[in-house]
Amino acid sequence: MIERTPNQKAWWLVTPVLALVAFNAIIPLMTVVNYSVQETFGNNQFFWSGVIWYEDVLNSPRFHEALLRQLMFTAQILLIEVPLGVIVALAMPRKGFWVSVCLVLMALPLLIPWNVVGAMWNIFALPDIGLLGRAVNALGVDYNFTQQPGSAWVTVVVMDVWHWTSLVVLLAYAGLRSIPDAFYQAARIDGASGWQIFRYIQLPKMKRVLTIAVLLRFMDSFMIYTEPFVLTGGGPGNTTTFLSIDLVKIALGQFDLGRAAAMSLIYFLIILLMSWIFYTLMMRSEGQK
Amino acid sequence: MAEIRLDKIRHSYEDRPAAEADFALKMVDLTWKDGGAYALLGPSGCGKSTLLNIISGLLSPTEGDVRFDGRSVTDLAPDQRNIAQVFQFPVVYDTMTVYQNLAFPLRNRGMDRSRIDELVRETAQRLDLTGVLDRRAAGLTADNKQKISLARGLVRSDVNVIMFDEPLTVIDPHLKWQLRSQLKKLHQRYNFTMIYVTHDQTEALTFADQIVVMHEGEVVQVGTSEELFERPEHTFVGHFIGSPGMNLFPCTVGDDGVRVDGMPIALDAPPAPGQVNGTSQLGVRPEFIRFDTGGLAVELTDVADIGRYRIVDAILGRHPFKIFCPEGVEIPSDNAKVRFDPRHANVYVDGWRVEARSR
Repeated sequence: MIERTPNQKAWWLVTPVLALVAFNAIIPLMTVVNYSVQETFGNNQFFWSGVIWYEDVLNSPRFHEALLRQLMFTAQILLIEVPLGVIVALAMPRKGFWVSVCLVLMALPLLIPWNVVGAMWNIFALPDIGLLGRAVNALGVDYNFTQQPGSAWVTVVVMDVWHWTSLVVLLAYAGLRSIPDAFYQAARIDGASGWQIFRYIQLPKMKRVLTIAVLLRFMDSFMIYTEPFVLTGGGPGNTTTFLSIDLVKIALGQFDLGRAAAMSLIYFLIILLMSWIFYTLMMRSEGQK
Repeated sequence: MAEIRLDKIRHSYEDRPAAEADFALKMVDLTWKDGGAYALLGPSGCGKSTLLNIISGLLSPTEGDVRFDGRSVTDLAPDQRNIAQVFQFPVVYDTMTVYQNLAFPLRNRGMDRSRIDELVRETAQRLDLTGVLDRRAAGLTADNKQKISLARGLVRSDVNVIMFDEPLTVIDPHLKWQLRSQLKKLHQRYNFTMIYVTHDQTEALTFADQIVVMHEGEVVQVGTSEELFERPEHTFVGHFIGSPGMNLFPCTVGDDGVRVDGMPIALDAPPAPGQVNGTSQLGVRPEFIRFDTGGLAVELTDVADIGRYRIVDAILGRHPFKIFCPEGVEIPSDNAKVRFDPRHANVYVDGWRVEARSR
């Protein structure tokens, strides 16, 4: 037998990664945890306060309302963007010159900086000078997103649909393109209808990319901040104040560090939990095959 | 089942084909007999799949007419032609069970449930799929999936023709033999018209009664494996069928017979000089060349021993060629002389075989 001399020096090689992770994840996160269990009255003096902030946030109607608004918003945009994205992807040409035209057009909204999207839609939808606002009012609909909660909500949803449906389209299109021609030919020979082709060939083949699309859209929309902040600032009133907007109001507006920290962690855990549930459910149905 | 007639079919993928080169399929005129087992053989890109898709109706030919039992089906959609096609990669409906997969084409034709059930179970039995009927199709192995695609065709008892587009490409070699013989048995028992596309000559030769050889969008020969071997109608057939392929020598055809580099070659039926206008070649398979002390002097350069036979590389004049040398035949060490079998040596003009007009 050859004697093996234990050599633990290899651990040093991992240090850079450890340092990196520590600085960009662990330390900031622990700082937030730290804030969330303490109370301060200024002078950089902190006192242990236990889980009071958590109880406070979880019991506050303000948090409940923001969470409900957030859930409503995410559910609505998922219900619109995913089917719409699939429909657009199905309508896109499969080959020829127009493919690249469509792809570029589809990619455009994704390339616009988020606050520019907000500013664009703000001006676009203004009832007195915006093209959309004027047009809608000219059609006889009383529309003013700066004052009416309903109008504001619809504008935020439409803006998000405009901004992000392309992502679903591109993913779904990639999924569709990966289906070999033989599947369509076999379906024609079997006498399948257009709906059956969609139901039994296209949809099953798109399932994997749609899982990713739903997951990405869920996480992103649940964290949405910039566009509604620029468009409505969370108003009128609190009607478009989503979780992240509320969080910023508490953390920076009121400088309520403990409550904001507790809320951040709860917010983070909700996203983590929901993503995990989504992922497990989707992977489970995948595994049934 | 039906007789399939391809009447002067031409096909081009261009919108306005002008030159002959625009056509992927140049003038195919062919009849597939009812109940026949045909192999469609040719290299990639020769137009095999185009021809197949024209029969199945996935493509509409630029010119010509497709007829099943004398009835024109050129304008009918694939599902109305009642054909079946098995593709290179298994096509199954992933979310359905095997049973639902087989029932699918029948349901789409509005058949009633009890009849569907009967047909599905019967077909599953024929293909040994009974055990997996309730399984989801997606989880099966490639060979089982390929059986399902075949079964979706066989389940329609009135199917006109079943077409196979290189169906064994993704199947493991040891299963290939099994599926091939199973398919052959099915054909013998149920006698459906079968067209089998392949670029593998062994597969074609073991499978089919008649082999259709295609080359650059044309059908160059239709025949049994013996005919293709003994009398290739085109130099392409000589080269594509058989290993090693047919030897070709540039030759001249004159009143005094056929000559290669001035050396006279004895043929049973030499063509007359008037029949030859174009590049002429003499083609003879390595199997039809024998050592003979009274023959043409050649130079031997190499001998390759391939187990039960040897392949001898030789040079006649300036032209290298191969000789097939079975066991027990001695290879002369020097002054080698060979004779071409006069019955199996052919003259080709611009690739096509010509023979003496019968007088």
